[in-house]
Amino acid sequence: MMDFQHSHASHCESGVMSAMLRHLGLPISEAMALGLSSALSFAYLPIVKINGLPLVAYRMPPRFIIKGLQKPLGLKMRFETFRSPEAGEKRLNELLAAGRLVGMQTSVFWLPYMPEDLRFHFNAHNVLAYGRDAASGDYRLSDPVVETPVTCAPADLRRARFARGVLAPRGLLYYPEGKPSEPDWATVLPRAIKRTARIMLDSPIPMIGVRGIRRLAGAIERLDAAGKPAAAKMFIGQVVRMQEEIGTGGGGFRFIYAAFLQEAADRLARPPLNELSDALVDIGDDWREFALATARMIRDREPLDPARLGDKLRAIADREQAFFCDLRRAA
Amino acid sequence: MRDSEVPQEGNRTLGGQRKAMYARGADGRIHIVPSAGWEVEEIVTRQAVEDLDRLAEDARQRVATGRTSPLEYHMHKARMDVPLLSQVTGLWQWRIRRHFRPDIFRNLSAGLLRRYGDAMGLSVEQLKKAE
Repeated sequence: MMDFQHSHASHCESGVMSAMLRHLGLPISEAMALGLSSALSFAYLPIVKINGLPLVAYRMPPRFIIKGLQKPLGLKMRFETFRSPEAGEKRLNELLAAGRLVGMQTSVFWLPYMPEDLRFHFNAHNVLAYGRDAASGDYRLSDPVVETPVTCAPADLRRARFARGVLAPRGLLYYPEGKPSEPDWATVLPRAIKRTARIMLDSPIPMIGVRGIRRLAGAIERLDAAGKPAAAKMFIGQVVRMQEEIGTGGGGFRFIYAAFLQEAADRLARPPLNELSDALVDIGDDWREFALATARMIRDREPLDPARLGDKLRAIADREQAFFCDLRRAA
Repeated sequence: MRDSEVPQEGNRTLGGQRKAMYARGADGRIHIVPSAGWEVEEIVTRQAVEDLDRLAEDARQRVATGRTSPLEYHMHKARMDVPLLSQVTGLWQWRIRRHFRPDIFRNLSAGLLRRYGDAMGLSVEQLKKAE
């Protein structure tokens, strides 16, 4: 049995990579994994529909963190997908028997240890496998968003790994080849920060970054509160769900990124980054306030007023624009 | 957010689990704080779940009066919609909708029923009844 230390994290992908790197002897926090891979973002994609509602994301697409850490850490990750569940299961067993820690992409819907109400068809949930129970054959998993290690029966894990639909995992397994090395922080941190500023400020696509927040504000303002209140509530509820429910550390990853900026300030001995971290915590609080107002409208504790929510989002967009300009200058 | 302000009011959709939140401590450093849940999250999660439950219940009643097939009920019960069920089974969407007709569903081949059953984790026997 492998000597593996589980730790609780906010987000699955950054949590998995943090645990994996720590296991390899390079202690990288979850916040550092998120920041160093420049995974913070905003995207409002009305064309991509999830259960009929547009996709709203506060980070870059799945696997961005795993892939983005390779270059700064001199790490080579190996990715394997499979045509048949049998082959995928066989390979997982081989890797575990060889004493490897293995990352997997799964569908939340089929993971039995997840709370019933959170089991939606989301196919890009990351978990680590670190062994098998000799007696039952159950897999021992470390799911970063769960407080303690869990077990999962082979049949359930097979379903979760080979779920179909959008972002189908096709049994994806990933593990590092070789060992990561301590990076040259003075090079990699400014580069990662600048990249995030670029994603937030200079995206050529108007749905990404600060412009995406404004576009979402416009879409919310156009909701028909009088004619179709239920549909309007589903729309705004979905935004808050993507911001808070799905493991973002609160405020759509803004608080985690603020923690990353504090770490970066220490590594680079640049105190201005601490002030920027404080500013980002304030912006995260604005996002939380937006979520609170939205939830109150959904439950009719306040009248449904899309225009007010749109105004709040525009104010956040303005603050984020100023913030990322300052951040770019500080990096 | 201060670490003392991290919501601990509970959220029944978490099933007793706690989630990791990031908040600022008294020393100004941001660290992980386990949260028992925030009512805002409970509201938006329940909103999504209740909407899916409503669709399933509505389909169940229409199965009872013979206006749709149990397939539609099980699809909603499995938290899917027609586009997703189409992707999972590899069947055209119009074909799935056609299978919502009770008279057509009744005569589906065993192979097709198994395909639907596999997609939703149900046996063929379960699939034939809306319960």
